[in-house]
Amino acid sequence: MSLLEVTELRGGYGQNVVIDRCSMTISPGEVVVIMGGSGSGKSTFLKHLIGLKPPMSGLVSLSGEDLYSGTMVDRYRRLQQIGVAFQMGALVSSLSIFDNVALPLRETTNLPEDVIEVMVRLKLEFVELLDKQHLLPSELSGGMLKRSAVARALARDPKLVFMDEPSAGLDPVVASALDDLILKIREALGISVVVVTHELESAFKIASRIVVLDRGFIIFDGSVDQIRGSDNPRIQALINRTAEPMAFDPQEHYKRIMGTTEG
Amino acid sequence: MKQAIEATGAIALNLKSTLFYIVAGARHGQPVRLHSVMNQIIQSGLLAVPIVMLLCGIVGVMLAIQGMQTLAIFGAEQFINIGLAVSIPKEFSPLIVGIVVAGRSGSQITSRIGSMRLNGELDGLTVMGIAPHRFVDAPTLLGLMISVPLLVVVGNFSALLLSGLYASLYLGVSFKAFMMSLIDLIQVSDYMIGISKGFVFAILIGGIALGLGRAVEGGADDLGRKTTASVVACIAIIIAVDAFYSILEQV
Repeated sequence: MSLLEVTELRGGYGQNVVIDRCSMTISPGEVVVIMGGSGSGKSTFLKHLIGLKPPMSGLVSLSGEDLYSGTMVDRYRRLQQIGVAFQMGALVSSLSIFDNVALPLRETTNLPEDVIEVMVRLKLEFVELLDKQHLLPSELSGGMLKRSAVARALARDPKLVFMDEPSAGLDPVVASALDDLILKIREALGISVVVVTHELESAFKIASRIVVLDRGFIIFDGSVDQIRGSDNPRIQALINRTAEPMAFDPQEHYKRIMGTTEG
Repeated sequence: MKQAIEATGAIALNLKSTLFYIVAGARHGQPVRLHSVMNQIIQSGLLAVPIVMLLCGIVGVMLAIQGMQTLAIFGAEQFINIGLAVSIPKEFSPLIVGIVVAGRSGSQITSRIGSMRLNGELDGLTVMGIAPHRFVDAPTLLGLMISVPLLVVVGNFSALLLSGLYASLYLGVSFKAFMMSLIDLIQVSDYMIGISKGFVFAILIGGIALGLGRAVEGGADDLGRKTTASVVACIAIIIAVDAFYSILEQV
């Protein structure tokens, strides 16, 4: 059974549809990279997948259960099966790194404190932050913050972890170390990882499968080799980092600049 | 007007969810933690004791001064104890405490929740399966519901003590005798009305401050706006509810 199944998802904000007819599955042990340019709908898609935004229509199933059915309490229970590492960490700013990683264990399990302490140290050691456990999130660098978020996402040993732009804003060395960490999560812990990114190099390094979102639609779902061989011009533009030429209409351009709707 | 109605609706819904987790959270695997409640009691209760004692004490003395000046017209200054025994526990102490808590804790709560929202911390809690209403809102509200009535008791103590001290000195009577007569004149019902006001004010301050904190969007500008709105709305509603209590008593 797939860990996550998305069927004909349509979502957005208010009446504004941002993503439409999106379907995909995540199987155990996969690292799936969701790619797309700015404004392609990646972040909105992720919000729907991690329980932050009910879809307009379609289905998001976590281990065979509809994530959004029932009450909020049901949704919280289902969300306890996954881990999420946000782009900016989203750590509780008033808690130390240790307490942040311990938070999901303390709040959603009945484990004794000494067991929690060992589990937290294990996770912090895994992301190489054990010596920083007493610091507050504001005292960490960008890379450390992201690794702390990964440690918290792994705290409950979930089968599926989501990561939002893990390499964004990091220098190439730190970004590469984070890619290695993602591969280590899959290999050492057997956890499936869904990574949302627009960093090509990182995607090609870590992905066992790549899903490309473009203007709200999934236009590609396949392996790294398949995406390299794709003849879709939109995908080629994305992987070759070439801007799509836009037809220039002088009258339209004038209207935009002048802020008028009539010529 | 439409915005105000929408904001009121959002505050009411937020309060409803918060009360749900206070009452039934534990049954649904989302218990409100005692240490978080204690932390809020310290923040909004214990740390507010000095300012509450100071302000209630000053207001008590002012009441004694104004009251005796008025009663002096009829040569009845010695009856000031009747006025103090009614107005302090029932009216002034809860009102001063409500305004102090609205200013101190109301703004602090709105800015804290608003910052958490802007930093994505509330989303972070949600995706961990931790209901933000239970982890952040419920302990805050519960802490206020416990600490504000207790602050009213503290405010009563300070206001009665200092007004009694001033009045006894002014009238040239024994402080102990004046205080005994003052305490004898306090009706249990008046005292309990004051405490109940504290409880109601706590729910109103918590509901408004938490609701407006959750409504913060955009950035620092809106955070500042909502924090100001929170204090203004809390103080306005406290005065309005206090007036409503008085009207209700006349009916």
